Amino acid sequence: MKALWAQTRNEVRLSLRQGEQLLVALAIPVLLLVFLSQVDVLPRATGRPIDFLAPATMALAVMSASMVSLGIGTGFERHYGVLKRLGATPLGRGRLLGAKIIATIATEVIQLLLLGAVALVLGWQPNWCIGLIVLGALAGTAAFAGLGLLLAGRLSGPTNLAACNALYLILLLFGGVAVPASELPAPLAALATALPSGALVDVMRAATTSTLPAGRATAILAVWAVLGPIAAAFGFRWSPAK
Amino acid sequence: MEIDRLTVRFGELTAVHDLTLNSDCGEVLALLGPNGAGKTTTVETLEGFLSPTSGTVRVAGHDPVADHDLVMARLGVMLQSCRLYSAITPLEALRLFASYYRRALDPAPLLERVGLTHRRAIAWRKLSGGEQQRLALALALVGRPDVVILDEPTSGLDVEGRLLVRRIVAELRQSGTCVLLTSHELSEVEKMADRVAIIDGGRLRAVGTPAELAAADRRPEIRFSAPAHLDRAALASHLDATVTQPEPGRFILALEPTPAAIAELTVWLAERNIALSDLSTGVASLEDVFLRLTGEHQPEAKGPGQTP
Repeated sequence: MKALWAQTRNEVRLSLRQGEQLLVALAIPVLLLVFLSQVDVLPRATGRPIDFLAPATMALAVMSASMVSLGIGTGFERHYGVLKRLGATPLGRGRLLGAKIIATIATEVIQLLLLGAVALVLGWQPNWCIGLIVLGALAGTAAFAGLGLLLAGRLSGPTNLAACNALYLILLLFGGVAVPASELPAPLAALATALPSGALVDVMRAATTSTLPAGRATAILAVWAVLGPIAAAFGFRWSPAK
Repeated sequence: MEIDRLTVRFGELTAVHDLTLNSDCGEVLALLGPNGAGKTTTVETLEGFLSPTSGTVRVAGHDPVADHDLVMARLGVMLQSCRLYSAITPLEALRLFASYYRRALDPAPLLERVGLTHRRAIAWRKLSGGEQQRLALALALVGRPDVVILDEPTSGLDVEGRLLVRRIVAELRQSGTCVLLTSHELSEVEKMADRVAIIDGGRLRAVGTPAELAAADRRPEIRFSAPAHLDRAALASHLDATVTQPEPGRFILALEPTPAAIAELTVWLAERNIALSDLSTGVASLEDVFLRLTGEHQPEAKGPGQTP
């Protein structure tokens, strides 16, 4: 346990020292929430913009922390041989991954509290289902962390950086995050609801409106939450890409 | 540390072939070889990063792949290229690594021991190459290991850093730790190692103490140092013997070192006003042994009576 907590503290401390990590994890979701709720630039489903945007930016925050920050950070640690050096200690893969997951969840808790507070200031009136929010955030974390670690474990550092950012942008625009899946053209709409981003947005919306059914989205997210880590476990390489 | 008939293949390439080598507590064993000889493959197999194609390796009695955690708890490693988190400081890195071990050393005195106390709060990326090497050495020692692997420990270090590595290796030997080191700095190896194993093309070429290797390599020859532009062909022709130049300015004359032969050499040099900065006969240096066994020779100049 001593090694796990020390490693977790290390992950959190080093993340806080990196401005770009804080930018992706906190600043971008908050800015998007404020901007898109005040400026009428996006097509949206019925209802007030904030009712769609608040759960959507929460999903975005989970995606930022668990796929982009974790994926890019781990990718560079692998690229530069930091993971190889840790591999020559008794830390072990389990504790290293455990520390990364705990640090990511800690970041997400801060993100979700901050986004919730900003959304409330902007007039959001949610009907909370805390259990479903926690379930959605955890399943989303597993799914996106799996994807992020799969990319980090297969690609070189700079290629992984580009791939994580490109995937983030694609999911943001076409994955039911910034634009509701119902407003996308038919083939893209079907794809968006099947992606982990769209499913997480739907779960978060259901958890904060208490009017929407969440069964299908929860099932899709659960499948991604299982497939993502399995793909990462099989595909991850610890040594730097040759 | 036991390596028994180790073979490691990568597809068609055999990086290590049938290597058998052991090292005991309190011994410093140096693994020498040219680039691509199989040193890193051997070391990475001991560290559990690679699996043997055939044969076995044991570190502190355990298989480094199957019993990775057990081995890592007793093994200290200094990788050839050790990168850390760019924002971590030396003190934080040592505290973090200390948390991985049951009976770790106190980080602050260890930092003092490697001369980094004044740099304890500087981010890793801002340390010089030598300081990063010193930290890598400290990280290898923090878990009080029974076995230590130092891959090129003096690379990038200044004179003071090299003395520090030598002192720490001596302390490890004295405390009963088994040390395996690789290096390209043969003079450093000669000063630190109890035994030397020379590998080339993945095969063990020789193993023994530096004195044993040199004695086994004893040949009738005269070694001397002179300006690199010396006319080797003319000298070879004059003395009717082969003259080789293993490195610029160092020459080996394949001739029985009789007083007459030495006199003839010095007269030849004196007549041409060529400065003689070093002359020796008899026991070869570790470097000479290494160069011969690994075939890293310069082209030879031959005397008139010798066929190429």
